[in-house]
Amino acid sequence: MPPHPSPTATPRSDHSVDSAGGTEASAHGAKKRFLHDAREYVRDTDHRAFLRRALAGYYTTRDGQKARYRDWEHARDAANLAKWNAVNRLDEMLVLFADRFEAGGGKVHWARDAAEARTIILEIIRAAGAKAIIKSKCMTSEEIHLNAALEAEGYGVVESDLGEFIQQLRGEPPFHFVFPCMHVRRGEISKLFEEHLGSAPTESPEELTMIARRYMRRLYVEADVGITGGNFLVAETGQISITENEGNARLTAALPRVHVALVGIEKCVERLDDLAVLLPMLATAGTGQPLTCYNTLYGGPRAAGECDGPREMHVVLLDNGRAAILADPEQRDSLQCIRCGACLNVCPIFKNVGGFTYGTTYQGPIGSVITPHLRGLGDWNHLSQASSLCGACTDACPVRIDIHHHLLHNRRNAVRAVPNRLERIGHRMFAAVAARPRLFAAGGAIFRRSLWLLKKLRLPLLRDWIASRDLPKAPARSFRDQWRHRAAPAVARGRTDADGRPQ
Amino acid sequence: MNARDAILARVREALTVPGPGPHQRAGEMAGHGAAPHSAPLPLGNLPVLALEAARPWLPDGGATPEERLALLADNLGKLKAVFHRVPTIHAAQDLLFSIARERDWKRVAWHAHPLVEPILSGIPCATHRVDGAAAVTADPTTDSSLRKDALEACDAGITGCDALVAQTGSILVSSASCGGRSLSVLPPVHVVVAVPEQIVATLADAFDALRERHGSSFPSMLSFITGPSRTGDIERILVLGAHGPKELFVILVEDL
Ligand code: SF4
Repeated sequence: MPPHPSPTATPRSDHSVDSAGGTEASAHGAKKRFLHDAREYVRDTDHRAFLRRALAGYYTTRDGQKARYRDWEHARDAANLAKWNAVNRLDEMLVLFADRFEAGGGKVHWARDAAEARTIILEIIRAAGAKAIIKSKCMTSEEIHLNAALEAEGYGVVESDLGEFIQQLRGEPPFHFVFPCMHVRRGEISKLFEEHLGSAPTESPEELTMIARRYMRRLYVEADVGITGGNFLVAETGQISITENEGNARLTAALPRVHVALVGIEKCVERLDDLAVLLPMLATAGTGQPLTCYNTLYGGPRAAGECDGPREMHVVLLDNGRAAILADPEQRDSLQCIRCGACLNVCPIFKNVGGFTYGTTYQGPIGSVITPHLRGLGDWNHLSQASSLCGACTDACPVRIDIHHHLLHNRRNAVRAVPNRLERIGHRMFAAVAARPRLFAAGGAIFRRSLWLLKKLRLPLLRDWIASRDLPKAPARSFRDQWRHRAAPAVARGRTDADGRPQ
Repeated sequence: MNARDAILARVREALTVPGPGPHQRAGEMAGHGAAPHSAPLPLGNLPVLALEAARPWLPDGGATPEERLALLADNLGKLKAVFHRVPTIHAAQDLLFSIARERDWKRVAWHAHPLVEPILSGIPCATHRVDGAAAVTADPTTDSSLRKDALEACDAGITGCDALVAQTGSILVSSASCGGRSLSVLPPVHVVVAVPEQIVATLADAFDALRERHGSSFPSMLSFITGPSRTGDIERILVLGAHGPKELFVILVEDL
């Protein structure tokens, strides 16, 4: 198979960027970029088919795993309860967590925004006199553009998660926040490894994985600082919980002298027992596993009498716009997200426009809900339009976040903020016509006869809509007319024509 | 105001506006017609804990020891871990030695543990203990690389465990009772030795076992290991042995 030129092969960072990062694309720019990238990606049917093939296995394993629950729907209620409880008592949870974690010998840091988080982490690294840094998958670090900040200070950082490592070599952000390089074909990975690691070309995913494994081994041993994310903060016990499959996070938190975990403040749960519900559900929804391979709880650095582990452990709690989501009671539940990625995997828009098109750290439906809050500036509401409101995301969500209704609410808010006059006039006119049966009938008759004209006329607003769609054929008679003249007995005898219409 | 106080103030301020209660919809789907948002619950006062609400609906963990054993064996198989039941510690020894010979192991790593020590005595290869007195009291400035390198060069790590979870096929290890953090994840093969009494039904039962054993001062690391290390990052195709062990053996010694 010849390597396929990916539509997004040109390295670029996400459209983003926070206050300190510099190059904030204007809101208008982000929307234009979205439309442009979506158009490009949609044309690439090969790549879309590739994406669908990659996801096909996910659907079957997930469904098989769900079937092992005695009732998945009730279990979702319980998972929702666990996260709802913690998010709605977030202040209590954070204080409890911080106190108990520090009692275990670790240190808690608080970061209001991305810049503050970067400063804190840089200080920890400087104080440790670190040279080499190893990282395991951590979306919050993507959110604050940590790698760029570390590299600017002259530190080498290596991503140890295979998918993130591939993306790091490609100079791209993750395509999907759970499956970072799902858009890349094995041939491209082989080329990448040939170029950067000097390995021999191969088409075998197994061999490619082993090349990365061998390369990474020394780096774990030599790194002074390990940086990870965290999936849960357990208030009751003061532990952080990390979910992974490869073992790279385990190694990152075992071998270096210093362990830093960067975690969003919304990750709290009240009790250790809540994890007995959330860990299996995260795995089932995210990848279709009973439990991911490693689910690890850390209560601090190496304790007295233990033979290895870091001497220091730091947890950096990141706000960066999360409190703003909390302040919106309507969308508060979006903080319950456990980042399983299920809503992306089922989203018809994601599957058609791909992960990069969003231009956000968190792609897909949940990203479209939270990004306008997290980015603080600019208008990311165009993302709410990138939804068919089919509700597949809401159905897939293990913690029952009302994702598609939030997208609808965002649209409502956008219209309230900037009312669309033309649309309002249109709706008024329709209401006036629909309330007058005769006028409605006359309008219908005209419309049926002139439908074909719409395509020809290329009216300014309709043009974009019609460009990629076929107009339906206008029926010869109105519905009301057909109803009035229906042959009731014929229906009863079940006589219908080829199209199923009663004759 | 420092960052901690500022964030907590923002959070408290945000929560002064009451929000909807939890979304409890399974009943609604079954046709009971619950309102989309049930009435707000008084905070800090859940009518039922999440785990209690979920317990009847989560995957089964087995009601009897026989059921649990069968589930565990089935789950480990599906996870591509290798599960052996042996009658005695001698049989376990024979099994381990034959694996060692078959794979031509040069050196295996281990930790002091009442099951691990007897099973290893006489193994036909070199051994490396990770939790000797020297390691535990080592000077933090000099300890690191040498010992990391020594463990990295081992062919297998042999450990005990804190529990085996039937529901998910998981092995619970901790930094205090299983030779630290890296023994169970750095070598390319992980061998776990356990006894049937360690099998529990569900994750929640495993947490209970932990509380029983460690009280409220848990070891610094607790890890549920569910099958050998794996990745699907390349075209979503499953590959074992991403960064952790490629092979995982569980040896259950039925009669000590
Ligand atoms: S919104 Fe729900 S489905 Fe989407 S990533 Fe978060 S938890 Fe998963």
